[in-house]
Amino acid sequence: MSEGFVSRAFRGRRRNPELEGRLPPGQYATPDFPVLSAGPTPRTPLDRWDFSLMGEVDGARRWSWQEFGALPSETVTRDIHCVTKWSKFDTTWRGVSVDTLLAGVETAADHVVAFCDGGYTTNLPLEDVTDGKAWIAYEYEGEALAPEHGGPARLLVPHLYFWKSAKWVRGLELVSEDRPGFWETLGYHNYGDPFQEQRYQGD
Amino acid sequence: MTKDDADRRLDGNAAGGLLAEVFRVEMTTVETACAGCGARAPVGELLRYGHEMGAILRCATCDTAVIRVARTRDRHWLDLRGARVLRLDGTPL
Ligand SMILES: [Zn+2]
Repeated sequence: MSEGFVSRAFRGRRRNPELEGRLPPGQYATPDFPVLSAGPTPRTPLDRWDFSLMGEVDGARRWSWQEFGALPSETVTRDIHCVTKWSKFDTTWRGVSVDTLLAGVETAADHVVAFCDGGYTTNLPLEDVTDGKAWIAYEYEGEALAPEHGGPARLLVPHLYFWKSAKWVRGLELVSEDRPGFWETLGYHNYGDPFQEQRYQGD
Repeated sequence: MTKDDADRRLDGNAAGGLLAEVFRVEMTTVETACAGCGARAPVGELLRYGHEMGAILRCATCDTAVIRVARTRDRHWLDLRGARVLRLDGTPL
């Protein structure tokens, strides 16, 4: 009896991440996965998909879909937070760590710009996509990432608002001068830390 | 273009209120010329994406973002790079 009580209580705690400080200010938790797109869903065939590292690097790098799939992958479970105020706990993704892509790359850049099919861009400090903080994700909950959620692959940077996790990503450009992206040039915060509630410029 | 997209987007009339906050005139009948392909269309016939973060009004011919507008707290942000010209008819207020 006491064992049952303990395990129920334990599960109960695990099921209330809001009580563990995991819900940023101004957010609500949802089991749904709303879709928010700034444009039509691109449908790039996989045999024409590639991923590029360019900009201030010692030689650009490019992976075909097949080569990308052969890179070491990681499965990570993270909370995600959208600036439109929904948060979703314990989402599981599989993809390639940006650290893996940058291994051996020499650069003086401090920032990256993620670029995407459809023309979307978003900017991040280089240090926010390295040291195990960002992935190029191609699976969600064990399935190929659906096009409306950014498939075939999206950037995943779960510690920042989710507009930074660019859908349909095709590469990273390393830059010395920060270059604000699609939403960052339309009044949204340049960095976007959900726990600081950095939604808009001036926050 | 897919059915999914058609389900998720609206036409430019859905951005009429937000644009009127900026221009203080009825905007859905204003004619635009797309900077990408030159296509002319009233704002109301552009395709509206990005519903909650702001209005991204795209050309129905080439998908160029003709007008981007967002409201952040007490500010509006307007990007007209994708519009070659706007034609506002009638007598100014
Ligand atoms: Zn056009």
